[in-house]
Amino acid sequence: MHKYFPHTEEDLKAMLSTAGVDSLDALYAEVPEQIRFRNDYQLPEEMSELEVRQLFEQLGAQNQQLTCFAGAGVYDHYTPSVIPQLLNRSEFLTSYTPYQAEISQGTLHYIFEYQSMMAELTGMDISNASMYDGTTASAEAMMMAVAAGKKQPRFLVSETVDPKTVKVMKTYAHFHGVELEMIPAENGVTSKESLEMQLAQGGVAGIMVQQPNYYGIIEDYSGFADLCHDSKALFVINGIIADYAVLKTPGEWGADIAVGDAQSLGIPMQYGGPYVGYMCCTEKLIRKMPGRIVGKTVDNRGQRAFVLTLQAREQHIRRQKATSNICSNQSLMALWATVYCSLMGKQGLKEAAELSYAGAHYLCDRLLATGHFQLVYNQPFFNEFLVHFVQPVDKLMEWWQKNNILGGLKVADDKLLIAVTEKRTKEDIDRMVNLLDSFANFAILTDNG
Amino acid sequence: MAKVIEGLYYSESHEYVKVEGDFAYIGITDYAQHALGNVVYVDLPEVDDEVEAGEEFGAVESVKAASDIIAPVSGTIVEVNDALDDQPELLNEDAYENWIIKVKLSDKTELDALMDAKAYAAFCEK
Repeated sequence: MHKYFPHTEEDLKAMLSTAGVDSLDALYAEVPEQIRFRNDYQLPEEMSELEVRQLFEQLGAQNQQLTCFAGAGVYDHYTPSVIPQLLNRSEFLTSYTPYQAEISQGTLHYIFEYQSMMAELTGMDISNASMYDGTTASAEAMMMAVAAGKKQPRFLVSETVDPKTVKVMKTYAHFHGVELEMIPAENGVTSKESLEMQLAQGGVAGIMVQQPNYYGIIEDYSGFADLCHDSKALFVINGIIADYAVLKTPGEWGADIAVGDAQSLGIPMQYGGPYVGYMCCTEKLIRKMPGRIVGKTVDNRGQRAFVLTLQAREQHIRRQKATSNICSNQSLMALWATVYCSLMGKQGLKEAAELSYAGAHYLCDRLLATGHFQLVYNQPFFNEFLVHFVQPVDKLMEWWQKNNILGGLKVADDKLLIAVTEKRTKEDIDRMVNLLDSFANFAILTDNG
Repeated sequence: MAKVIEGLYYSESHEYVKVEGDFAYIGITDYAQHALGNVVYVDLPEVDDEVEAGEEFGAVESVKAASDIIAPVSGTIVEVNDALDDQPELLNEDAYENWIIKVKLSDKTELDALMDAKAYAAFCEK
């Protein structure tokens, strides 16, 4: 018997006997003969622990480690080593989001801390226990606005929102009968004039903008909240939450809902996930917010206790009338973000943000100074910027990659979206720029004419 | 035995209508509040909203369920019982005394489709 299965032959015999059959095969007697699988499983032979390690070392060796200058929603911020250490505790790592909630006081406690931190960072009244990721959180915010509005079918999204997010929102909108429309951008930022006209047409449940936007630009949302509220529409801001340590918060902009991905709070890039979505709102909207919410109260002995609260919103009670079908959260990653915030504190978050900002501006200045790059939009940016390169960027990206640098995200044949975090040293940045000196040679040598 | 008041009209979804001239008070019955348990929140509509017979116009949330309130008759809301915002438990205390909305009726013939006290009491017995 395989060493990881706990049952002995005697155990199996006893269980089969109780079930009234003589073999495991007999349990499948109901399955029609013609659909039974009789072929070879074609699984490789089992491997020893040593062999498995060697296999993964070989696979891993095929990866090329690159210094990352790409962002577009996911940022290479530093993860303090305390975090994975703590999160590897089995109490955190293996426990699922609680259903018999009150028995998991520890879990509810950390989720409460998480909620408190998200609310504070975004300047909003309430946070929920988290969503799967920033993208679905955005779609949920749209559904929330539509549910809160009096059957207004339109939802507006700025063209400067990450296209990946917009794509997902379009899918949700399509199947829920929501008319999703884009708000045009002008010179890299949301056009307030267009928004005004679109709102004037009526029927808008809400709008969503991004901060910093997809191009890394810090947009000026003055007057947006008022415009929306005058038309009885909700104002949603999707933001890079770590940046709120130094940027004006959604609360300060007068937003009704703040959503986004909290990956920027020390969660490693991890090839796309897992990350965690955050969702915060004003007190007025709390009964429309999906997801779990942890509350703090006292038990019958007057001791502080945590509970899952306002559950009548949720789909296991409201069923098809619920705003959403989500009944879970991304607990482990929410804990990750919580520990990160605790370790970094206000000061640390501010420093990481300021370093990222400084690095990006230093790199941008040096690139522009070469004369081969131009900023596509003349707008204030945070730690990410969009540049136009005098030649197609493919060759340049190839050259940088040969030198172990991921130069950015190719947004068009001649445009590159480049991000810098506190992990990028001055040496990294200088090396990246200095490689341009030898780029010309590389381009000629590898040109296939 | 749930309380049923004479002279009111009742719907199968346990709402009542108390007619006063061209207006009507609408609320949930004693049977409904009892079935729901402790009411913790009432999702109220706004004055000037239109209600349509058979359509939901709000919701009542208790500790164990959230139930839509279906309008038994059509009309325009002229008054909303705002006291329910801070004291939703009033519905448990006296469901008939604490109405939810007052409407100006748009079609009095709709009352004919509703049950009277006797029919409603029998309906609850089933």
